[in-house]
Amino acid sequence: MRKQCEGSQAVAEAVALCRPEVICAYPISPQTHIVEGLGELVKSGDLAKCEFLNVESEFAAMSVAIGASAAGARTYTATASQGLLFMTEAVYNASGLGLPIVMTIANRAIGAPINIWNDHSDSMSQRDCGWIQVFAETNQEALDLHIQAFKLAEELSLPVMVCMDGFILTHAYERVDIPSQEQVDAFLPPYVPRQSLDPDDPVSIGAMVGPEAFAEVRYLAHAKQLQALDWIPRIAAEFGQMFGRDAGGLVRGYRLEDAQTIVIALGSVLGTIKDTVDELREAGLKVGVLGITSFRPFPLAAIRQAVQGARRLVVLEKSLAVGIGGIVATDVRMAIDGLPIKVNTVIAGLGGRAITKASLHRVLRQAMDEQLEPVHFLDLDLGIVNRVLERERAQRRTGPIPEQILRQVGAVASRIA
Amino acid sequence: MDAQIKFYQTGTFTVGNRLLAPEQRSVQADMERTNSLNSGHRACQGCGEALGARYAIDAAMRASDSQLIAANATGCLEVFSTPYPETSWQIPWIHSLFGNTAAVATGIAAAMRVKGRKSVRVIAQGGDGGTTDIGLGCLSGMFERNDDVLYVCYDNQGYMNTGVQRSSATPPAARTATTMAVGKEPGNPFGQGKDLPRIAMAHGIPYVATATVADLRDLERKVTKAMAMHGARYIHIFVPCPLGWGAQAQDTIKLARLAKETGIFPVYEAEHGEITQVSKIRHRVPVEEYLQPQRRYAHLFGKPPLVATIAKIQELADCNIRRYGLLEAEGS
Repeated sequence: MRKQCEGSQAVAEAVALCRPEVICAYPISPQTHIVEGLGELVKSGDLAKCEFLNVESEFAAMSVAIGASAAGARTYTATASQGLLFMTEAVYNASGLGLPIVMTIANRAIGAPINIWNDHSDSMSQRDCGWIQVFAETNQEALDLHIQAFKLAEELSLPVMVCMDGFILTHAYERVDIPSQEQVDAFLPPYVPRQSLDPDDPVSIGAMVGPEAFAEVRYLAHAKQLQALDWIPRIAAEFGQMFGRDAGGLVRGYRLEDAQTIVIALGSVLGTIKDTVDELREAGLKVGVLGITSFRPFPLAAIRQAVQGARRLVVLEKSLAVGIGGIVATDVRMAIDGLPIKVNTVIAGLGGRAITKASLHRVLRQAMDEQLEPVHFLDLDLGIVNRVLERERAQRRTGPIPEQILRQVGAVASRIA
Repeated sequence: MDAQIKFYQTGTFTVGNRLLAPEQRSVQADMERTNSLNSGHRACQGCGEALGARYAIDAAMRASDSQLIAANATGCLEVFSTPYPETSWQIPWIHSLFGNTAAVATGIAAAMRVKGRKSVRVIAQGGDGGTTDIGLGCLSGMFERNDDVLYVCYDNQGYMNTGVQRSSATPPAARTATTMAVGKEPGNPFGQGKDLPRIAMAHGIPYVATATVADLRDLERKVTKAMAMHGARYIHIFVPCPLGWGAQAQDTIKLARLAKETGIFPVYEAEHGEITQVSKIRHRVPVEEYLQPQRRYAHLFGKPPLVATIAKIQELADCNIRRYGLLEAEGS
């Protein structure tokens, strides 16, 4: 059924179609509308056989999810930003215990300074936590990825994060195709846990493991993620057959034929990048785009395969590994190890700063002209940064930095070129 | 088991199971008891926590007809019972983290509810650190939502698993690794700490009880009573720790009894925030009798003894006696 709705509502309906049995909710922007939608569906009775719990923190949300999943229930929650950090200990625990929880991340920046807008710092901070991480490009894909996520999670007994850009997707009204309950039921069978807490078959879950076996347990977590490299395309193909549209998979190329420069990115910014690339192609430039859908596991072989003919990669990422630069770019370099391909990292969109076609045109042309520095910060106002640095050199008690910068920026914090 | 059994010929509450009708005998006296926490675990000699857990969980198993799932906080109980690949637990049991046990139990209870397995009951358990400190947020949330979970706290008054550090359940003047017996106010400061049973009561939950491992029949009775109820329930068990307290392994029961008989640890029950039953002191004793056998209080009995500090501890015990009406004469 086609429907014009908010991205969060689309995800809520998709999750409901997956017949979750336990949903834990704790509010944090920009995720909140998703659990609000689900809460209403449960309370109204439209989503039957589901427990909706309002908990006291994200740490509790993931912990309740752990208990519910370990007891054999299909379990869902959603969070973002500080909330993801607050539940971090339980996030690692869920994957360590092999519990197939599905969680939406409405990607948002991490403070300080506090910022509610979109970037990928939150989920990137959890890249090594053992969860599968998939990124949605559109609201339709966010909806579709959730349906795939439950199947993937339960197949592998691994938790899955479905990452979608906060506000840009969660709060955008778009037309989406919402499948029928019959279709989803045919695609997603009832959950049969590999392990569960059951008085009829008592097991101990979460025992202490010492040096004699810890490495093997951790290696199995890695091996399962590598299995996911096979399962993700398989499930995406099955989904495509049943629902008649492409969604998910490991990576997705756009105009890669004969491309000498390939832009790599994740999430909703791929739309703007594709528009820019269309215009550059019209100008005769050999540019293409590679979107990464599966960030964990990281599809080394698929990326290498897709970009091996290129001369240059521009990895545009909405996150920053402070002290080194890019996070995605570092992983991409591993994928192209040994190939004569230059990599530029472009840090963009931090804290919700708009990534415009104008800026993309400029930075891509600079890259193609060999004029782009290895790690470039898109639309960074170096004047402001240098004035702050100068002030710090000149005096000891400079006071809080963000306030000084905001004073210089003026009334509009987010300026669109 | 609700009826108080007195053996006047000996003047004790000692469990004389042979003198009782089978249905009055303790859970532990039952040859068919579940041994939920089985032998072979690695608790220290004289461990009050292992004893409390054994009685509490076996009683809960009997009360639930063996339809029980337990969530366990990180801590001594978790570590000594499940070094991989061995486990002492004969029941479905999960350890997730230190501070989330109440929430994990909430999740299990939600899963059982949604699956229509009404007969399956859920217990969460942890030490005082996992309960009064790091786990308090999740515990308070579980209480406030009145989730169908019985939470059992084994209170040995400190972080014993990590090497005897202070928790918010450590009593005043007690020496721990982070409140050493040095300086002007040796040991744990006065005027700090949490009274978790009262915090639980303030949530208005259906049932709160305190107990000690000195009166195991009382403990079994309270667990059985709690299991007959639904919603959030809390039992706080006083469990001496020979290692952490510097006490003799054979003194665990004696110290637990003295904690009650001095008034230092009030033993009572409360329903929906109101106290409904108090265990009276039978032979009132001064706090010195409780303090002196424990090396964590050795600095109070040096040369010269810290008389004023001991008097302050006596004041706290007297305050409990007045507040809870712990003496027969003051009855309630």
